[in-house]
Amino acid sequence: MIHTSAASDGLARVEEFEGRSLWQDARTRLFRNKAAVASMVVLGIIATMAVLAPYLSPHPYDELYWERIQAPPDFENAHWFGTDGNGRDLFVRTLYGARVSLLVGILATTVSLVIGVTYGAVAGFLGGRIDNLMMRFVDVMYSLPFMFFVILLMVIFGRNIFLIFVALGAVEWLTMARIVRGQTLSVKRKDFIEAAHAGGVSNTKIIFRHIIPNVLGPVIVYMTLTIPQVILTESFISFLGLGVQEPLTSWGVLIAEGARVMEQAPWMLIFPASFLALTLFAFNFIGDGLRDALDPKDR
Amino acid sequence: MFAYALRRLIVAVPTLFVIVTIAFFLMRAAPGGPFDSDRVLPPAIEKNVLAHYNLDLPLWQQYLTYVGGLLQGDFGPSFRVRDFTVAELIVSGFPASLQLGGIAILLAIFIGISLGAFAALRQNSGVDYAVMGVAMTGIAVPNFVMAPLLTLVFGVYLSLLPVAGWGGGAIENKVLPVIALALPQIAYIARLTRGSMVEVMNANFVRTARAKGLSERLVVVRHSLKGALLPVVSYLGPATAGIVTGSVVIESIFGIPGIGRYFIEGALNRDYTLVMGVMVFYAVLIILLNLLVDLLYAVLDPKVRYV
Repeated sequence: MIHTSAASDGLARVEEFEGRSLWQDARTRLFRNKAAVASMVVLGIIATMAVLAPYLSPHPYDELYWERIQAPPDFENAHWFGTDGNGRDLFVRTLYGARVSLLVGILATTVSLVIGVTYGAVAGFLGGRIDNLMMRFVDVMYSLPFMFFVILLMVIFGRNIFLIFVALGAVEWLTMARIVRGQTLSVKRKDFIEAAHAGGVSNTKIIFRHIIPNVLGPVIVYMTLTIPQVILTESFISFLGLGVQEPLTSWGVLIAEGARVMEQAPWMLIFPASFLALTLFAFNFIGDGLRDALDPKDR
Repeated sequence: MFAYALRRLIVAVPTLFVIVTIAFFLMRAAPGGPFDSDRVLPPAIEKNVLAHYNLDLPLWQQYLTYVGGLLQGDFGPSFRVRDFTVAELIVSGFPASLQLGGIAILLAIFIGISLGAFAALRQNSGVDYAVMGVAMTGIAVPNFVMAPLLTLVFGVYLSLLPVAGWGGGAIENKVLPVIALALPQIAYIARLTRGSMVEVMNANFVRTARAKGLSERLVVVRHSLKGALLPVVSYLGPATAGIVTGSVVIESIFGIPGIGRYFIEGALNRDYTLVMGVMVFYAVLIILLNLLVDLLYAVLDPKVRYV
């Protein structure tokens, strides 16, 4: 027993070394990509602003200023983005919207990541009839009109943020599972997996310690592209009035409110819409950059 | 190919069954019912109303009745829109949705492929970066932002086009919704086409075509473009689904009497049969279009054969 675990430890160390050089290479290439670097800076700024939201403005996000309803941006009262239809400060509300959107994006993506990666790796690793069955199930799920289910869920079970995470995560794991399965199929025939088998490592341990770390490249790329997709879907649901509830807000809600009064108060549409677009831009550029950086063909 | 299509259609039946089952029990798990309103009905009348729509039966019996009806092509009566069956509502709303979605996807295919190919042939030039920048904008600015912005510019400031409404299907009323629906798809298709075109232009068979002395035009149109279209064709399946769900938003922004609006109103009003009907209808549509796309794939790619 001691002998086999020593052997697998040794294997793990070798693999770690190889992995590091691959990741270092990718990182240099990523940092040479100007669009990706700029996007990371932009995202960093937006995320920091979202976290520090209560300290960046003198106004609380749910305070109603009756004397300043739908006021255009003004610096005297520190309403940098103006106020909304209820006289609430739009700058703070946009940042609170950023909190919700980023949180939903990251959490739902994590849910999809955990389900998708485990499912795909297990299916690919076990192969044969189980793989066939598991992937048929994914095919069936693919043809469900998911957006409709999500809308239905929101309408039925109320506007619960937690439910949005789960619903979106449950939708987004399918593609992840397919990608991971494909990668697993090629990785599991490599020599180091065979060596792990020979070293007596259990199947579970092989999947989590040897296979999953080696399929992470495409997974990370797809993850960066899933986050904007989830943020978009959440905004879409909120736009329809089915997402987060007052007085909390999200970019979708703010955009919907702004769209209604865009003739009289264009700032109510423009600020939240630019934040959303900027974030989606940034994630897409980072995703593209990562894909190029991790693409073995270009090396 | 026929056998393949038939097999796919047979597989679609259990898929539809799953959709119907999940949707049915999901809707019923919701608090509230179609006949809850501010006006409280006398108990006797309420009982009669419920009995009329079979809502007094145990849930599993209602389910069986509904599935039985579906098998005979009967979507049932709408619970909220009096005197209309769900089938009638779908038939009345579908032309509007179909026109918007159909025009949008055709535009997206045509413009997207042209832009993508154009950019690929001038790879890394200013034109290429400009086209891809615009495409990225189409992806990053969602249609529910694009739609109000378009209305603001063309409807309000320039007063060129109507702000909303269907106008009995007048062309002016379709322009903005179609653009809002088509833009993100144009962006995706242009990016896909550019990517695969760049790859194909370096492929051996393109070099062979050039070596044969074919004109550049023939090389591009007949050889590279045909090969480069494969990923675009396989994207068309999800694209249709995207247009369909996108139209739910676009229809409610522009106030268009299509099916998407029925779905949201139906869900909010607990109009069980209407929601189920729209969902089943769209599911069938998406499944059929996906099948069509896969068959088209076999036509374009000689390596793909369905037996």
